[in-house]
Parts: sequence; C-alpha cells; structure tokens
Amino acid sequence: MDFILQPWPWFIGGPLIAISLLLYFYFGQNFGASKNFETLCTMAGAGKISDYFKKDWKQRDFALLFVIGLIIGGVISAMYLIPNQGVNLNPTTIQELTDLGFTNVGNQYFPDEIFGKKSFMSIKGFLILLVSGVFVGFGTRYAGGCTSGHAITGLSNLELPSLLAVIGFFIGGIIATWFIIPVLFG
Amino acid sequence: MKNIKFLVLGIFFGIVLSKSQAISWYRFYEMFKFQSFHMYGIIGGAVVISAIFMQLFKSGKIKDINGNKIIPKPKQKGFIRTILGGTFFGLGWGISGACAAPIFVILGFKLIPALVLLVGSLLGAFIYGLLSKKLPN
Repeated sequence: MDFILQPWPWFIGGPLIAISLLLYFYFGQNFGASKNFETLCTMAGAGKISDYFKKDWKQRDFALLFVIGLIIGGVISAMYLIPNQGVNLNPTTIQELTDLGFTNVGNQYFPDEIFGKKSFMSIKGFLILLVSGVFVGFGTRYAGGCTSGHAITGLSNLELPSLLAVIGFFIGGIIATWFIIPVLFG
Repeated sequence: MKNIKFLVLGIFFGIVLSKSQAISWYRFYEMFKFQSFHMYGIIGGAVVISAIFMQLFKSGKIKDINGNKIIPKPKQKGFIRTILGGTFFGLGWGISGACAAPIFVILGFKLIPALVLLVGSLLGAFIYGLLSKKLPN
C-alpha cells in the first residue's frame, strides 16, 4: 500500500503508459486523446456551423468513455492516491521560479500562480488558461495528434509526421517556458 | 456495453498519469527547460516499449481482441501542418503545463481552471475545423 501512495518513478510510469497503449490497440482502436476535442465539438452542435464537424459522434463512444475514465482516474487519484503532492524538483528550477515570483514551488502539482483561485478569477489568469487551451486544441488538431497520438504512438511506430510534430511541440514548449512565462509572470 | 473496457482503461491511464506526476505543471516546465530527466524517462520509456509492441503488432504476434491484425492508422503527412501545428500545441502546453489527456485528468484535481483549459481546447479545435480547408499542409 505504501508503494501506491508514493510518487511513481519514471521507470514505472513509462511502461504503464506503454501498457495503456497496448490495451487500447488490443481493444481495437488507435491510441490518442486529442481527437476527443473534435468529438465534443460535434456533440455540442458544431456541425450546424461547419461541415467539418458533421460526423457521427456515436462511432466514437469508446473514446468518450475513455475520457470519462480519465476524469474518474483524476478524481480517484486526487482524493485517495496522492496524500502528498510534492514534486521533487531540481534546485535550479525552484530558484528560477521563485525569482519569477512563484510561491511554494513544487509543494503541489499545480502552482497557485496559474491554477489558484486568485489567478483564474483574474482577467489575466483566466485569459492565460483560455488562450493556452485554444493553442493546445488548435495545435493538436492541425498537427494531427497530441503527446499520446504523436509522441508516444507515432514515434514508437517510426512515423515521420510524428517526429516533425514532436519537434514542433518542443519549439513551442521552449518558446513558452524560456520566453513567454518570464514575461507573463516576471 | 462492450466499450466499458475503455472506461476502465481511461481510469487506469488517468491514475498512471497522476501517480507518475505526468500531469504536474512543474514536470513539464522542467522538461522544456532541460532541468530534469523525469519526463524524458517517462515518455522515452513509453516510446521504447511501445516500439516493441508495434513490432509485435506488425509481425502479427499480438492480435486484437477479435483476432484481427493490429494496424495503427498512418499519420497525416505534411511539413507545415506538423511543425506549425506542433508549435501551437507546444506553446499552449508549455504555458499551461497541460496537453490533451491531462486536461481531462486535471478536472479531477483543479476543476475550474481545467474547465477553462477544456473550453479553450474545444474552441481551438473548433477554429481548426472552420479553417481546416484553408490552412497550408
């Protein structure tokens, strides 16, 4: 039981992600998460505005169940499986973020400066989350996949488009963390 | 209810991501700043083991639940769409620390901020749908 409540190291997490991919394919479907953004748009009636969304979402009921599972998995983890959300960070990371004005760095999974009530209730904080979300949703559909679909499924299947997409993920992620975050929070 | 197994798999995957800290904003920040091995170990480990599974799919040693050969769908080709789309995705991921699957998992941790992220993502996917025919490939 002690092991369950401790943070899992990378050499447990990595293989368990691969096993999730294996089971997803074994159950007869392509592993990925971001296509659900489109499916949810279709369910919300986006097909009335754009033909792109005129699809039968019921054919993707399995993926919607997977998404509901993700939410339940998050709730179970948050409530019962992670008594201590401390993240063991490099001292350099802690110092850097502290210098930018972040508080309690690494004491929980999500920094208050982005996920705390004061932040997301402010116009700036709300827009940071919303616009990030727009970039994630737009980018993943344009690129044709996310971390699951491209970085894990595509790379392991030696797909060139996935390698390009992952290079793009890093270009964006590096610009965001090296240049945008210091401007937003500095 | 033959698809209930996907619900169970989703719960499993959500717990794996949560427990290995692969939903933590800090873990992605340090990854993009090259300050820790953790996320590289997780993603790299997942890719290496998945590559073995892919070979077993191809050789037919692992078949799906109905006994059919597993053939992963080929990814859409195109230099601009993958690099540029990937960069947009990376920008959002780098700032919010949340990629697609974790957004749903984070709903269980931080409901309202994750809802804002989700609404944004749906909006983003919707914008893509509107523009899909006009965007360069």
